[in-house]
Amino acid sequence: MSKRIDVKDLNVYYGKFLAVEDVNINIDAKSVTAFIGPSGCGKSTFLRTLNRMHEVIPGARVEGEVLLDGDNLYGPGVDPVTVRSQIGMVFQRPNPFPTMSIRDNVLAGVKLNNKKISKGEADVLVERSLQGANLWNEVKDRLSKPGSGLSGGQQQRLCIARAIAVEPQVILMDEPCSALDPISTLAIEDLINELKDQYTVVIVTHNMQQAARVSDKTAFFNIAGTGKPGKLIEFGDTPTIFSNPTEKATEDYVSGRFG
Amino acid sequence: MTSTLTPVRKRSALTKGQLPKTAPYIVLAVALILGAAILALIGFNAFGWGLVSAILFAAGLVGWSLVVEGSRKAKDKLATCLVVGSFLIALLPLVSVIWTVLVNGLPGLLDPGFLTTSMNGVTGAFDNKTVEQGAPLLGGIYHAIVGTLLITVLATLISVPVGLLTAIYLVEYGQDRALARAITFFVDVMTGIPSIVAGLFAAAAFFAVVGPGTKTGAVAAVALSVLMIPVVVRSSEEMLKIVPNELREAAYALGVRKWRTILKVVLPTAISGIASGITLAIARVIGETAPILVTAGFATTINTNVFSGWMASLPTFIYTQILNPTSPSNPDPSSERAWGAALVLIILVMLLNLGARLVASLFAPKTGR
Repeated sequence: MSKRIDVKDLNVYYGKFLAVEDVNINIDAKSVTAFIGPSGCGKSTFLRTLNRMHEVIPGARVEGEVLLDGDNLYGPGVDPVTVRSQIGMVFQRPNPFPTMSIRDNVLAGVKLNNKKISKGEADVLVERSLQGANLWNEVKDRLSKPGSGLSGGQQQRLCIARAIAVEPQVILMDEPCSALDPISTLAIEDLINELKDQYTVVIVTHNMQQAARVSDKTAFFNIAGTGKPGKLIEFGDTPTIFSNPTEKATEDYVSGRFG
Repeated sequence: MTSTLTPVRKRSALTKGQLPKTAPYIVLAVALILGAAILALIGFNAFGWGLVSAILFAAGLVGWSLVVEGSRKAKDKLATCLVVGSFLIALLPLVSVIWTVLVNGLPGLLDPGFLTTSMNGVTGAFDNKTVEQGAPLLGGIYHAIVGTLLITVLATLISVPVGLLTAIYLVEYGQDRALARAITFFVDVMTGIPSIVAGLFAAAAFFAVVGPGTKTGAVAAVALSVLMIPVVVRSSEEMLKIVPNELREAAYALGVRKWRTILKVVLPTAISGIASGITLAIARVIGETAPILVTAGFATTINTNVFSGWMASLPTFIYTQILNPTSPSNPDPSSERAWGAALVLIILVMLLNLGARLVASLFAPKTGR
C-alpha cells in the first residue's frame, strides 16, 4: 500500500514567476524523504506539486512530469481529486475542522465524500487511524468532543489520523512540527518512523536534526537570490548529505555556515 | 551607625496630585445646582438645564484636574467627557423613540382582541361610539401581522438562495474575474436603491408580466427582496471570506471535491455569521412602508394568500390609520391602533435581533475540551 514517486524536469510557476526550476528526483516507496533548505527556496511549493495542491492557488501551474508508480499526475484527463485521495497531506499548522468532533474529523475523508460506512466499520476505522497516529489513548474517552479543543500537538496528530484514514499511498508533510513543542515533536517523529512501514513519507522541515533523525534520504534545495528560482542542489542518503556532501552549498548549509 | 530609614513622606515621588475618587460626583452636584440657578434666571426648561449642567460639569472637572493633576490627566478627562457626551447624545433619540412608542402604544396593545381581530367591518360609527359613549375599542391588527409575516417570509425565501449563492460564487469561484467584479459593483449599486424605487420596479415588472393592476403580497415580497438581496450578499460574502483557507486545503488534500468542500466545510464553519446576517437583513426590511404600499396596497380583512388580493402589513396599517382615520371626526381610536401596531413592529424587530444572537451562538463552531 505505497507507491514511489519519480519527478522529471519539473518547473513550478506562480503566474509568470518561475518558483522552482528543473527538479529531477526519485522517491522510493516505504521510505522517508526529507526536503531541507533555507526559507523561500521552494521546498513547500515543490511538495504541494506532488499532490496537485499547488494549482489551488490562482495562477499557479507546473511543467514537467510527476510519476506515481509510472502514472503521470499531470497527464491529460487526470482528476486532481483522484490524485489527492492517493497522496495525503499534513499541513504546517494543525487544521482540524472546527465544526466537527474528534471522531468526525477522523472520518472526514469518508463522510465528506458521502461514502456509505456502517457504524461498526466507522468505529474500527477511527480506532485504527487514531492508534496509527498515536492519539487513541489520549482521546478515546472524548471522541464526541470538538477537535479544536485538543492541544496543538494533539491536533496535529489528529490531522495525521485524518490523513491516514483515507488510506493513501503517500503522505506529504509540510513542516508538521514547526508549531509544536519538543515533546509533541518527538511523538510525531516516532510516528513518522512507524508510518514508513506502510506509507511513502515526504517531509519538509527547517530542522536539520529532525531531517537527520527521521529520514532515509535527504534533498537539499537552495535559491541563488531573491527573485531567482529555487533548485534542487543535492539528493542522497541522509548520512551522506549530512557528513559527506558533494556540493559546497550543501556542506555550508548543514554545517550551519549559512541559512 | 547611620540610619537606613527613608524619610517619611506624604506621598510617593512617582505620583503627582490626585483628585479624590468622589470628585466627579461633587462636580456633578455643583454643576446641577449652578445650572438650575442660571436657568432660573432666563426661564427654566429641562433640556436647557441638562445642556448647561453638562457644559459646567465638563469645564469644572477639566479645570479642577488641570490645577491638581496636571495637563495630561486634564486632557484625559476632557476626552472622557466628550466620549460620554457623544454617547448620551446618540442614545437620546433611541430612548425617546422607545419611550414614546411604549407610552402611546401600550393602551392600544392592551385592548382586548387587538392582536386577534382584523379591521373587517370596523367603521367610523364604532369609533365615534368609543369616543362619545366609552364603548370598548373595536378592530385590531391581526390581518396586518399576518400580512407582514407572510410577505417577509416570502421575501426571505426569495433573497436567501439568490444572495447566498451569489456570495458563494464571489468568494469561491469569482477570483477577481470581470463577472465577479461586475456583480460586486452592481450589488453595491443595489444597496443604494431607494425603497420606493424597488417597490415601483416590482409593481412595473408584475404589471408587464401578469397584467396591469396586479397588487398582491408576492409583488411586495419581490420588492422587499430587491432590498434584501444586496444585504444578504454582502454579509454572507464577509462571513465566507473569513473562513480560513487552511480548512479548504485540508478538505482538498483528503480528496474532497470543491462543491462538497463548500457545502460541508465552508458553509457549516460560516453558518452562524450568515444566519445572523440574514436575520438582520429581515429586520431591515420588515419595517418598509413605501414599497409595500405600491405593491400590496392595503386591506382591512385577513388575506392569507400572497398570490391574490391586496394585503395589509404593519407599516402600511400605521400609515393608513394615521393618514385616513377610520372615523374622520374622531381620529383618536385610529391613532391608538396605529401606535399599538408600531409597538408590535418594534417588538418584532427586537425579537428578530435577539433571534439573530441566539442563532449565531447555536451554530457557532463548538469549542471546549
